[in-house]
Amino acid sequence: MTIILTAILILLSLAVVFGVILGFAAVRFKVEGDPIVDQIDGLLPQTQCGQCGYPGCRPYAEAISNGDAINKCPPGGQSTIEALADLLDREVVPLDAEHGEEKPKMVAYIREDECIGCTKCIQACPVDAILGAAKQMHTVIVSECTGCDLCVEPCPVDCIDMIPVPVTPSNWKWPAPVSDPNLIWTDRGRGHLLQEGSE
Amino acid sequence: MTRIYSFHGGIHPPENKRQSLGAPIRQAPLPARLILPLQQHIGKAATPLVEVGDQVLKGQKIAEPTGHVSAAIHAPSSGIISYIGLQPVPHASGLESPCIVIETDGQEQWCELHPIENYRDLDKKELLKHIRDAGITGLGGAGFPTDIKLNLSKDHIVNTLIINAAECEPYITADDALMRERPNDILTGVEIIAHLLQPSKILIGIEDNKPNAIKALRDAIRERNLPIELVVVPTRYPSGGEKQLIQLLTSIEVPSGSIPADVGIVCQNVGTAAAIYRAVIHGEPLISRIVTLTGFALGHRQNYEALIGTPFSVLLEAADVDRSKMFRLVMGGPMMGISIEDDRIPLIKTTNCIIAATQEEMPPAPPAQPCIRCGMCEQVCPATLLPQQLYWFAKGREFEKARHHNLFDCIECGACAYVCPSNIPLVQHYRFAKSEIRNEEAEQLKAAQARERFEARQARLVREELEKEQRRKERAEAAAREQARKKAEADSVSSDTPDPEAELKKLKSAASIARTKLKKASEALKNAEEKGLDGTEKLKETVAQLEEKAAAAENAWQQATGAEQ
Repeated sequence: MTIILTAILILLSLAVVFGVILGFAAVRFKVEGDPIVDQIDGLLPQTQCGQCGYPGCRPYAEAISNGDAINKCPPGGQSTIEALADLLDREVVPLDAEHGEEKPKMVAYIREDECIGCTKCIQACPVDAILGAAKQMHTVIVSECTGCDLCVEPCPVDCIDMIPVPVTPSNWKWPAPVSDPNLIWTDRGRGHLLQEGSE
Repeated sequence: MTRIYSFHGGIHPPENKRQSLGAPIRQAPLPARLILPLQQHIGKAATPLVEVGDQVLKGQKIAEPTGHVSAAIHAPSSGIISYIGLQPVPHASGLESPCIVIETDGQEQWCELHPIENYRDLDKKELLKHIRDAGITGLGGAGFPTDIKLNLSKDHIVNTLIINAAECEPYITADDALMRERPNDILTGVEIIAHLLQPSKILIGIEDNKPNAIKALRDAIRERNLPIELVVVPTRYPSGGEKQLIQLLTSIEVPSGSIPADVGIVCQNVGTAAAIYRAVIHGEPLISRIVTLTGFALGHRQNYEALIGTPFSVLLEAADVDRSKMFRLVMGGPMMGISIEDDRIPLIKTTNCIIAATQEEMPPAPPAQPCIRCGMCEQVCPATLLPQQLYWFAKGREFEKARHHNLFDCIECGACAYVCPSNIPLVQHYRFAKSEIRNEEAEQLKAAQARERFEARQARLVREELEKEQRRKERAEAAAREQARKKAEADSVSSDTPDPEAELKKLKSAASIARTKLKKASEALKNAEEKGLDGTEKLKETVAQLEEKAAAAENAWQQATGAEQ
């Protein structure tokens, strides 16, 4: 009987000691903020477009960390989904078409002679990339524009176009080398034959 | 005698240099139009100083450097600026880029030049500014602005100056021709560089396949008794790579991600040295260069001294091109050069060779076959990388892994692709992976910037909201205070003794009202009496009352006015 009591007492005292240590550590080494949200936010493209249904990239990052789907970001596209899947150890899923489709990088362009200077687009821009004042012509700071589309809708005279970012020698990318799929003579027309065979 | 070391790998491709060395350097014709891209160097594009319609003189500065890493551009000949805008430029993309176009007038009229007779007396800063103003960039291939390489900060101590005369790539003989014909230009340029850097050792590294150039340089060095050592290295591609030549001459391996200056070495090309000589001693900016025109589709395969901005087509015509035989046009050497589709593009500061090749000379690349993991690429890689691994990573788009395998140390020399038995275009895969990584980095940078701006905006909106709230509160408080003050005032008025003036007015109006009432009443009474109506008694009473009241009011007013007066 005493053995059992001693055992219980020892275990209890151990539990108390470790509990105190853990409690102290929890206070002493408290992590500010949520590091996983920061990591997710770092992978998102920061267009702040809201196509995911959240008001900005960080809210979506928070939602993802709370279990929301990772395929709601059209500007990030498949590569962002893959990076998120890699980080969170989730399944790679195709982009959810409900939130939009992956488009080439765009930049907003204001047809300046049509602009009436209403400042509505300035208020809509999440990254302050539109310059102008009331009754003055507005213009887009191209290097800051994320191509989020949010300024197009509020414009009362529809003078904002989204145009693809022009390719110049400085942002041009080397294409991936393509290998000839019909390398061997017997490859030629083979796909065609296989299709016929399967029908 | 300096000991010669070795670098890993390397290959021995057919040299094909003899074809363009049969004749001396020839002056290329003056073209009708000179096309000068604003970006001919590493760094930021230059900013134009001229406008369309301006008359420019030969050697006049037409674009100035933008920021630190950039280079000026000068008019290679006199004429009129006819266009500033997009033109096809020598770039792998084949895209257009901003250029200044000069319609030459054939006068070749120089602007005023500022030669420096005795550069040793001049302040180093002045001399560096002079070199920067001459728009000199590395003429070896990369086109890095030269003044930056010569203007190292105090923490870089240069103990070895290496002059790169290796010219290891097949076909190219521009440096060879320059050394044969103008060794003294080069040596004076080297002296100027040495004056600026004060190295303890000056080495010229040259491959042993240029006996004439070696002799010319050696004679010139002996004649002038200069402390320059000419080091002849065995011919092996790519011994002319900056890091490879440094390793050959000093056994020092430049660490990954560092520049030679970090290990106390500065490397300059012979062509650059000659350009510095011209800029300092003659005051001439960099407006021409020596370019090798070769390939079996050309009649005259030799070196030309051509103005920067001369279209390729003019040079090809001058070299008597047979377009029916020309199968491929290459800018640069056969190993590292790029194929050109459009021959309207101009010669730029970094164009050292143009090859108009026939089909037999450069047949189309055979189709790539699967990698058999033979490991030959690893054996020849001068940067001691694992080309095969890099190939798998690039093909599988595993860019992060490729980066960890030091993809960015690849100098794109093409040795791996040259030996590959499966004809895999390895360098193309690396270029693709590099540009994907660079692009991703740029996008991440932009995303970080966007996040910062977004957060700043959110903070500003919150602050504005708070300020608005604050102002609203303040306004409400002010209004409440005002009301309280008014109320208190009203209270104090009622409790105070009546205002005599107002009282007087009241009395006056009361008296007049009473008078009017009395008047009406007495009229009514009169009417009633005349008509003999009933109730006159009552009226009489009222009139009497009113009379009394009016008299009282009159009395009060009279008294008040009396008291007042």
